[in-house]
Amino acid sequence: MAGTTATNAGSAPADEQVRGTLITLPSGTKVVKPRSYALPITLGILVFGAFCIWFTGFDPTVLAARGDEFFKILGRMVPPDWSSAGSIVDPLLDTIRMSLLGSFIGTVTAIPFAMIASTTIIHSHIVTVVMRFIFSLIRTLPTIITALVATYIFGLGTLAGTTAIALFTFSYLGKVLYEEIESVDMGPFEAMTALGASPSQAFRYAVLPAIAPSYISNALFCFEGNVRYSAILGYVGAGGLGLILNENLAWREYSTVGMILLELLLTVFVIETTSRAIRRRLE
Amino acid sequence: MSATVNSATSSSPAPASGKGSGTGRGADVAKLYADRPHATVGRIVTAVVIVALIVWSTTGIEASGAKADSGWTVVSSILNGLVHPAPQLLFNLTPQGVPYLLVETIAIAFMGTVVGAVIAVPLAFLAATNLMPKPIAWIANFVIMAIRTVPVFVYGIMFVRVTGPGAFAGLMTMSLCSVGMVSKMFIEAIEDLDRGVIESLSAMGLNRWQQIRFGVLPQMMASFLSTAIYRFDMNLRDATILGLVGAGGIGAPLIFAMNSYRWNEAASILWGLVVLILVVEFCSTKIRNKLARG
Repeated sequence: MAGTTATNAGSAPADEQVRGTLITLPSGTKVVKPRSYALPITLGILVFGAFCIWFTGFDPTVLAARGDEFFKILGRMVPPDWSSAGSIVDPLLDTIRMSLLGSFIGTVTAIPFAMIASTTIIHSHIVTVVMRFIFSLIRTLPTIITALVATYIFGLGTLAGTTAIALFTFSYLGKVLYEEIESVDMGPFEAMTALGASPSQAFRYAVLPAIAPSYISNALFCFEGNVRYSAILGYVGAGGLGLILNENLAWREYSTVGMILLELLLTVFVIETTSRAIRRRLE
Repeated sequence: MSATVNSATSSSPAPASGKGSGTGRGADVAKLYADRPHATVGRIVTAVVIVALIVWSTTGIEASGAKADSGWTVVSSILNGLVHPAPQLLFNLTPQGVPYLLVETIAIAFMGTVVGAVIAVPLAFLAATNLMPKPIAWIANFVIMAIRTVPVFVYGIMFVRVTGPGAFAGLMTMSLCSVGMVSKMFIEAIEDLDRGVIESLSAMGLNRWQQIRFGVLPQMMASFLSTAIYRFDMNLRDATILGLVGAGGIGAPLIFAMNSYRWNEAASILWGLVVLILVVEFCSTKIRNKLARG
């Protein structure tokens, strides 16, 4: 066996879990080369891709012929309309307020519900499964649709946007949080309950300190995304930048659109830089 | 670690203050508790800042024309619609039916992800700090952030001008929206690259292309695929927005039905979408877990 070059020993023996080819190295060590699924996967993607291209009418020649329209609009945004800068600040602040309050409400309310959804704290299988399903269900609802429904209930304005952001944050962070809770060492929690602490007390002092840094980091990450997202919500009347963005696009006032996008970009840049600095310190 | 020590001791002051206060272990715990990290000033400042921000954010909240009376009627009619979805839409294979719209949404999300990933690869290589000089990487990062910040419907409106309304415009919009997040994850994958593998391949005498094929691709393929699948998941959710600007997908009929208060039709579309997203999420999590384990 030794001394020969790597020999292909054919199919793997029965005790091998990984399917593939067994290779015996000159030293006598046996290695399994896992079977490659690259070919069938690539083929599958190509076939499905072809179907999608046919279905959507994707046509690169149209892009080549009329793609300059896109850049023409972009070009008209370029000297942004500086005179409109002042009137944009108010909706911009509305957008930030909406996402800040929505993220905060969602972040705080997610904690007790995530506690109910984690198997390490609640030992009833049914309860955790139901809670998890509720989280998934809320997460599947597109935020724009929640915002639209909220405008029917609360009327037009930032309250609708805040509600939609809060719901999305709740469902997203809830999932992240229960996964984190489950990865925490439950020793301290058990020790505290053994000493007579109630589950919520034990959660507060044994689990929360362990998950707090990463949870706050995730909440900040979610907030960054929410600032971007809440700029869209105005489109359905839920307050913020989206409304004036939509108006100006409809009037083809592209230089004002350029100004709005510039201010949004600056805001997002500042918020992201700050939040990233905080997150780096948390880690 | 110190946090758990704190919490464990703070809950059990009994041994320290109990009758045997002189015993070694009790004194130990008491000393640990007294020496626990104090960050009072920092905490107060943080708390004040957070409270101030939250209070500020509540000042602008308004709901003009709050329909307090009609709010509940809307809620009840929505709930009523949700339990009575319109069956003629759910099982209808014409372009107005839910199955067709769902397939169109999947097609937009899928091709959007593919085109987005294709655009993202060169951007990600330009923005990777371990491959590019700092200024280029910084500019590329800024470009990626700018692409990411522009709201979806702005791209939608711009692409509708290029291609006309329909799924094609939606596809292009989705692809531009995917670029930001996908290239961000690609950058992380590139920056995590193990250079040792490439060096040893080069020492073995492999040429540049072979190094990429056997040293770079196998390292990154799993995370690339995982990112793409995750983004496909997200695109499926975001595709509803496209309907707002006439860029195809399931959004337009959904929002039309909602705006004209046809809740049972909206409910059929919504149920279709929810089931689709749940199924896709389940599969994509399975596949991504498999990819992560290798």
